[in-house]
Amino acid sequence: MARTRHPFEAAIEAIIRLSGYSAIIFVALISLFLLREGLPAFGEVPLASLFGARWYPIEGFYALGPLIWGSLVVTVGAALFAVPLGVAAAMFIAEVAPRWLREILKPLVEILAGLPSVVLGFLGVVVLVPAIRESLGLPTGLTALTGSLLLAGMALPTIVSVAEDALDAVPSAYKIGSLALGASRWQTLWRVTLPAARTGVLTAIMLGIGRAIGETMAVMMVTGNAPVVLLGPQALVAPVRTMTATVAAEMGEVARGSVHYHVLFTVGLVLFAISFVVNVLASMVLLKRRAASGRMLS
Amino acid sequence: MLRRTRVHPALPVLALLAIACSGPRDAAPGASAGAPRVITDIGSDTMVNLALAWAEAYVAARPEVRLSVTGGGTGTGITALINGTADIANASREMKKEEVAEARAKGVEPKEHVVARDAIAIIVHKSNPVARLTIRQLSDIYAGKISNWREVGGDDRPIVRLSRETNSGTHVFFLEAVVRRGDKKDKTLLSTDTLLLPSSEGITAEVVQNPNAIGYEGLGYVTEEMKVVAVSKGDDGPFVMPSADTVDDGRYPIARDLYFYTRGEPQGPLGDYIRWVLGGDAQRIVRQLGFVPVN
Repeated sequence: MARTRHPFEAAIEAIIRLSGYSAIIFVALISLFLLREGLPAFGEVPLASLFGARWYPIEGFYALGPLIWGSLVVTVGAALFAVPLGVAAAMFIAEVAPRWLREILKPLVEILAGLPSVVLGFLGVVVLVPAIRESLGLPTGLTALTGSLLLAGMALPTIVSVAEDALDAVPSAYKIGSLALGASRWQTLWRVTLPAARTGVLTAIMLGIGRAIGETMAVMMVTGNAPVVLLGPQALVAPVRTMTATVAAEMGEVARGSVHYHVLFTVGLVLFAISFVVNVLASMVLLKRRAASGRMLS
Repeated sequence: MLRRTRVHPALPVLALLAIACSGPRDAAPGASAGAPRVITDIGSDTMVNLALAWAEAYVAARPEVRLSVTGGGTGTGITALINGTADIANASREMKKEEVAEARAKGVEPKEHVVARDAIAIIVHKSNPVARLTIRQLSDIYAGKISNWREVGGDDRPIVRLSRETNSGTHVFFLEAVVRRGDKKDKTLLSTDTLLLPSSEGITAEVVQNPNAIGYEGLGYVTEEMKVVAVSKGDDGPFVMPSADTVDDGRYPIARDLYFYTRGEPQGPLGDYIRWVLGGDAQRIVRQLGFVPVN
């Protein structure tokens, strides 16, 4: 029995190691592929066009600016709604709500996370779009704001669920100590528990925003997809065209190897670069804070 | 214990094999040249319902023939035809010069068949008092020169322009026939704030609920919940509503042909199918679905 188990365990070990490496291999292959298909665009399209103001690919206008702007507006808008609401909801569930309420709320939030985005997009078109047009007196309800609200709805469950776990994991000695020193429950929650759980809360926010920036279907259905750039707060109530919606809408029709095809991969490359930078920044912040708190505790 | 661990890893592998086998088996027959056993028909989303109705009627009468119909858009269909993965490309616009050149470079001589006609209806919200527009007014609206309904005899409301995405054959046709009024040298573009919606359903949803909106759609997609505007070619009329009859006699100005493209002159079962599509039975289906029959 022992003799037969040995090679078996070695095989299992090899498989696990391979799965570990595969994550790295896949990312490397994806970036290589994106670079191979996307970089030729810089030779084929004049830089003045890539950095121009107009996206109209069937006539050779390939400006990336309006698309990057569109993704930015929708994502920042979504974060403005989702982060305060999500963290507050997590604080309520973890620290304020009585046990029985908590036991109802937590699974409900997790069910919300499983809603397919097309369903949310459909709800957006039928309910949110007319409501926003009428309540804000806009020409159309197909705006960045509509997309932001939907994305916030999608990011919320992730933020609440991960942040709640982080808050829950804070050692109760911290809280008891704080209360013993005469701090109120609110002071304890805001100045002790939340800072102690900040790495987890930050991860929750990053995961939520990560879901928001990559979301495609729902956004494509409600943001109007007009590649316009309006600076200032009115940008939120104007239509926008995001990078993800552009790739999704146009990739199916494009001839392989054409200029338009390469530019769409360049859009993908920009999207990949943005999420890469956001992730690297987040992990740098996390590592730094972890190192700092490690010193403090030792 | 050992037995179980040996069975477990095998199951997913078997499942993967089954998927891998089923994929190529479905795709391969359409790719073979000559007389295909399965006729593969890919292309225009405008035409997908029509192509499906034809295929169903044809197969019901001739069970030995197999037909597979897929949408995806005109460009997708033409690419598939050139690459040999489709026998018929459904197209809601003529093939572009570049596409014909690409086909010839691969030794394919595309053959065009006009299989139906389609009117593009201009649609607005039910409550909109505007009932008639000239092509010039439509062009100015979509080019961004007219931005308020007041300027074309309506209420004091902003105009929200709706269009299909740029990959749609309908979009390209609308740009050339309406926005540029058929002038090949005209380089007018759609106003940047035109909302580009990914589907006909998206346009329907917005036109039905937004009194500011204007959109365009194939006649087959028009429903009772929206208002169709009469259009005139000249600046002072006559204004004509879209219908099979007004397209037939050439009075409605925004009409286009719908095409089948094949690789060369169609032979064997494929040739039989295309002759049937141009015949009486198939053209009756065209009328039932809100399109306009040819001849």
